[in-house]
Amino acid sequence: MVAPTTPAEIGGIGHSVQRKEDARLIEGQGNFLDDIDLPNTLHMAILRSPLAHARINGIDSEAATALDGVVAVVTGDLMDQHGLAWMPTLSGDTQAVLATDKVRYQGQEVAAVIATDPYIATDALELIEVDYEDLPPITTPQQSLEEGAALIRDEKEGQTDNLAYTWETGDKGATEEAFAQADRVVTLETHYPRSHPAPLETCGIVADVNSVTGQATIYMTSQAPHAHRTLFAMVAGLPEQNIRIVSPDIGGGFGNKVPIYPGYVVATAASLLIGQPVKWVESRTENLISTGFARDYYMKGELAVTDQGRILGLRVNMLSDQGAFYSDAQPTQFRAGLFHVVTGSYDFPAAHIDCKGAFTNKAPGGVAYRCSFRITEASYLIERLVQNAAYEVGIDPAEMRLRNFIQPEQFPYETATGFVYDSGDYPTALRQALDAAGYEELRAEQAAAREEGRLVGIGIAHFTEAVGAGPAHTYDIAGLKMIDSAELRVHPTGKAILKLGVKTQGQGHETTFAQIVAEETGIPATDIKVIHGDTDDTPYGLGTYASRSTPVGGAATAMVARKIADKARHIAAHLLEAAPEDIERTADKFHVAGSPDQAVSIQDAAFAAYTNLPEGMEYGLEDVTYYNPPNLTFPYGSYVVVVDVDPDTGVWKVRRMVALDDCGVRINPMIVEGQIHGGLTEGFAMSSMQWITFDDDGNCIGSNFMDYLIPTAWETPRFELLETVTPSPHHPIGAKGIGESATVGSPAAFVNAVVDALAHLGVRNIDMPVLPDRVWEAIDTATA
Amino acid sequence: MEVNITINGSEHASDVEPRTLLVDHIRRTVGLTGTHVGCDTTSCGACTVLMDGKPVKACTVLAAQADGSEVTTVEGLKGADGLHPIQSAFTDDHGLQCGFCTPGMMLVGASLIAENTDPSDDEVRWAISGNLCRCTGYINIVKAIQTAAARVAESSNGS
Ligand code: FES
Ligand code: FES
Repeated sequence: MVAPTTPAEIGGIGHSVQRKEDARLIEGQGNFLDDIDLPNTLHMAILRSPLAHARINGIDSEAATALDGVVAVVTGDLMDQHGLAWMPTLSGDTQAVLATDKVRYQGQEVAAVIATDPYIATDALELIEVDYEDLPPITTPQQSLEEGAALIRDEKEGQTDNLAYTWETGDKGATEEAFAQADRVVTLETHYPRSHPAPLETCGIVADVNSVTGQATIYMTSQAPHAHRTLFAMVAGLPEQNIRIVSPDIGGGFGNKVPIYPGYVVATAASLLIGQPVKWVESRTENLISTGFARDYYMKGELAVTDQGRILGLRVNMLSDQGAFYSDAQPTQFRAGLFHVVTGSYDFPAAHIDCKGAFTNKAPGGVAYRCSFRITEASYLIERLVQNAAYEVGIDPAEMRLRNFIQPEQFPYETATGFVYDSGDYPTALRQALDAAGYEELRAEQAAAREEGRLVGIGIAHFTEAVGAGPAHTYDIAGLKMIDSAELRVHPTGKAILKLGVKTQGQGHETTFAQIVAEETGIPATDIKVIHGDTDDTPYGLGTYASRSTPVGGAATAMVARKIADKARHIAAHLLEAAPEDIERTADKFHVAGSPDQAVSIQDAAFAAYTNLPEGMEYGLEDVTYYNPPNLTFPYGSYVVVVDVDPDTGVWKVRRMVALDDCGVRINPMIVEGQIHGGLTEGFAMSSMQWITFDDDGNCIGSNFMDYLIPTAWETPRFELLETVTPSPHHPIGAKGIGESATVGSPAAFVNAVVDALAHLGVRNIDMPVLPDRVWEAIDTATA
Repeated sequence: MEVNITINGSEHASDVEPRTLLVDHIRRTVGLTGTHVGCDTTSCGACTVLMDGKPVKACTVLAAQADGSEVTTVEGLKGADGLHPIQSAFTDDHGLQCGFCTPGMMLVGASLIAENTDPSDDEVRWAISGNLCRCTGYINIVKAIQTAAARVAESSNGS
């Protein structure tokens, strides 16, 4: 840990300051979307398709419309009259808002009821008759790309098959050469299953469009309120100055609250047409079957290695299941997100990645679930491959990694797919994690256990993330450059307001961003109010996902605070009757160099900014910064998991989980650790139980928390956390971002641990979720 | 139908549809929105309230079933002498992130420590195993409940 440079009263970087947001949340005074209750609010419920693929021959909504309390029934035809039956997705595709021609997945939006009461709205759904004509459902991307498969996107001009996209990167020729030189090729084919972020609060909207003024106030569970404002303006044709998006307290996001969903568009259109606020809050079932799935990558990775365990090259073929619409929320030029970070933490010259995505009769999404755009899939693949390569070459999996790591002196390091990693010391991180786990002893114990017929596994993952998108030259979403902003106003009494373009969903921005300002200006963190989420009251930004808040919004905050501190220094010089260049700043004071007694506080300077200024200086103490990061940041970590596997049942238990994270400088260590705990739990969830699957008819299995299993406190392992601190050289405060590291890095560690327990039997893969029956089957097959 | 429920010490008599869920009644009719809804299968515990001192999932109780009972919601945890120990412990130990599960977690925790002021890690985990949290990984929730329990034990020893 790095010692803080400010005293506790200031609460700058490095202090585990208590969270400002807690006071309201522990007293039930939070303001979540469903808590918003405007006068005359109408309630919306959505009729969803029970079928995965069917033509709609007609919709009879007469009985529903006649029900007492129903104000309107909205169908695709009505939306179509306003040009809103379809909307653009964040990947340049179009998505049905309300189905007009066909339904393409179970749970797709078909009609909406607007009523005076939510119970009545739901009752009315049962009165709508839809005449469906069954079409054959396609439930896997492999089926989808077969010759003669039914065309899912028959409405899409020029679309003659079910291919959603293709994308290729790396150097094919160089990679082929590397493979020609290899002593062996290690191959892993694995499916990263469909998952769902499932924040505890579902998605929702209260749309309040005033038909007289044209003002649209839209309360929305939004991770990216500014981007959503612009998209609303573009989709609905509303003038942007009349759109105000308010993202209130958010009950977790994890990527689920990045896209614009059909329900938002219908509720807004309904409010516009009816002239009353319209509220729609998803049920959990709606959330799981229709919004924001993640992953669903079928990956084949091949590693070219020498007999000495050196990696020469990597080849990946990937097929993604996109569902019915290609709607990944991702930077425009990367069709498979940042999946090309798949070269991981290793130094080798050649890689080639070939990706394609297919439409299927499943819900769209492809959201970055606690992940910087497909990095979770990439990290999983390389860490599983390297582990398997170690078995094939016959060296220890830890040693395999140590032999191939990018070395500390190689940074900045350009990978074979073009990322420039900023900083790192991978060998130190891995060695510390191994030491803490007692790796040598564990391997000895494993050998002894095998003699007794017991199964112990040790899994390692050493991941590198690419987060904080991103530099404007490369990263945009829907054309909007991925910059972010901060505005700082210091009032005459020295208290401040910080306004952000990013938006917390539980990460504690109201606290940590105040700490950055405290560090840079000396204003105590407790004196700084952080405002975010309301587009009328905050500067523009692309929002919070892909671990970009600290790398981009945090950098903007540091830079604006520096501008303020600099102006305050000039004012201090005036007050002290000294030259500005002779003024130095300590944690909370400005003083004349060499005479610490001749000092003024930041509060004195703030008062003077409105009362007593040097000649020619503008009044006030406020500024705004838009930050365009020069590069991504690259947090990393070394995780070691120890499991005991019951050979008779396949049940595995995590005995220990040691997680070392290096996210650069930690602003609030308490909050960082909380983020890691949560991320590790989601990694454990994906590896052990959490998945969305479908039957052959396209029925979603995993449509509620009885079938889509979320670990409780009882199943969740205990974690032991470690850290190293390698600052990002290009970030103003050296921070790299931590919200997603643990979710990205840990699944491979858990799965590697179970596979390691069975490695001596020749087992090399068990797909996630690693359910006991899959483990049992792997043992059974291997020992048959 | 007429129901009469005492919520956080004050009586609320209202006319409700028989099918009204207790959670909807609390949130919409009474207007206390600290009790949350996170699922539709009685799985998540975000809606937990205390009914006659026992934790119940208010999404699975009809308002009519609560007729005549005493209900405590998160808004009723704070006493005349300030925050309930469970509330301050959740802040001190960083037991919450987004705060959506927090009311339910705190109410289950409060009811546990009313009976056991020295719960083991496993006892706490078992007690909250009907409540889901997507943010914290539970470690700091368990710690907060134990901290609160220790503080309650200490103050009752002291008095
Ligand atoms: S809302 Fe009651 S248990 Fe989930
Ligand atoms: S703190 Fe977010 S669900 Fe528990």
